Amino acid sequence: MSVYFIKPKKHIDKMASNNYYDPADLRKFGKITEWSEELGTKFFDYYGKVFEEGALTAREKALIALAVAHTEQCPYCIDAYTKDTLQRGVTKEQMMEAIHVGAAIKSGATLVHGTMMMNKVNKLEM
Amino acid sequence: MSVTKTKKSLHKRHDDLAQANKQLEILSGGIFADGELPTFAKKIKETGQFPLRPKKLEILQINVGYMCNQVCEHCHVDAGPDRKEIMTWETMEQCLEVIKNTGAHTLDLTGGAPEMNPHFRRFVEEASKAGIKDFIVRSNLTIIRANKKYHDLPEFFKKHNVHVVSSMPHWTRGKTDKQRGEGVFDKSIKALQELNAVGYGMPDSDLRLDLVYNPNGAYLPSDQAGMEKDFKKALMEDFGIQFHNLFAITNLPIARFLDYLIASENYEDYMYQLVEAYNPAAVANVMCTNTISISWDGWLYDCDFNQMLDLKVNSKVKHISEYNEDLLNDRNIIISQHCYGCTAGAGSSCQGTVA
Ligand code: SF4
Ligand code: SF4
Repeated sequence: MSVYFIKPKKHIDKMASNNYYDPADLRKFGKITEWSEELGTKFFDYYGKVFEEGALTAREKALIALAVAHTEQCPYCIDAYTKDTLQRGVTKEQMMEAIHVGAAIKSGATLVHGTMMMNKVNKLEM
Repeated sequence: MSVTKTKKSLHKRHDDLAQANKQLEILSGGIFADGELPTFAKKIKETGQFPLRPKKLEILQINVGYMCNQVCEHCHVDAGPDRKEIMTWETMEQCLEVIKNTGAHTLDLTGGAPEMNPHFRRFVEEASKAGIKDFIVRSNLTIIRANKKYHDLPEFFKKHNVHVVSSMPHWTRGKTDKQRGEGVFDKSIKALQELNAVGYGMPDSDLRLDLVYNPNGAYLPSDQAGMEKDFKKALMEDFGIQFHNLFAITNLPIARFLDYLIASENYEDYMYQLVEAYNPAAVANVMCTNTISISWDGWLYDCDFNQMLDLKVNSKVKHISEYNEDLLNDRNIIISQHCYGCTAGAGSSCQGTVA
């Protein structure tokens, strides 16, 4: 049985939320322009251009964005690019593989620094 | 959030949402009542497009009944095997009279599964004699495989030069079956191969086969041309299937899709998506500006969606028995917040994008 009661979200702009991250804030992203129009506009123009179909398809770009959203651990980006990749017909399996690529690079990047540690140990030890 | 699947229509379940007025109440309440989002009327007023008026009538869309062999989760008709609303031959005869005299160039039969109407074949035979340029039947594909008596449908369609428009939610089994039910993908593939075998969908063939894609959840369709490329490539590579065009259609927040949105707590976000993607250029070409929709019991509507919301045309002429095209075309179209589904992004109609 469905729940028909839908909470009215009043004073959405005025009320500070009790959480650091609020899904409703994603909708307000465009408003960053209000406090610095020139830089905000430049950013969104650039952002829009980056995601246009180019040498890479818009879908390939969305998948890269999804993987990076995870390595950056940005909840807003994860929300946005999960929806975006779904819209572009990407399957769950492809989405998960993209995230593994991000995770592999992230762990690889950690581990490859092990060579620094090894170098240092080799230098310090007799 | 996943939602419990059911094999019954909202009507059969006596769910509140089976009632049109309940749906309209929801669409006018909450975020639209408290002004968080603008109503559709307010939005189209901004660009001087209120009241919405028809242009030239081009399409007669006839819904011959709500019975269907499937119970798709997103169905805006709330169709299913348990729906008993079926157009009688008497009403079909009234439709045939109208078809003979209409200025519309396209006849579009829909349902439910139109093929399940017991008079379907006789009606197609008669209607195809009327000289309508484009005669569409919206076939859900699985019906062709559902029962022996439907196996010859591809031949039947061919004989009457019917333009077949079929829904295909995705080129993978997983996504298709999730939306439309277990086994739907395999049956649809088989049906498409059979349509191809009699000539439908082949590159130079006059036998038109188009597919309809609609998203499998609370998100909007992306670019139609891109999706068409993906569908063509995948269906060709995996199954050797060909078709002409893909129409990307937005799910409108009514009936079972509205039920899904609310139950999965996606309703508000979805309405936000629709309103944010509002494209004033799409308003000029929304479906109701060139279509009249006729229900199984002969009532007239601005579109199939208004039919499901029981919003009959705002005209002196309300029923097929008193049909008058000139009078009908001089009317204001009835709108509500579900209309945002037709104006999001590149727009959405039964023939895909409009802007
Ligand atoms: S979406 Fe089409 S095939 Fe699915 S239940 Fe509704 S009418 Fe039937
Ligand atoms: S839902 Fe119907 S009335 Fe509303 S814009 Fe779409 S076609 Fe027109």
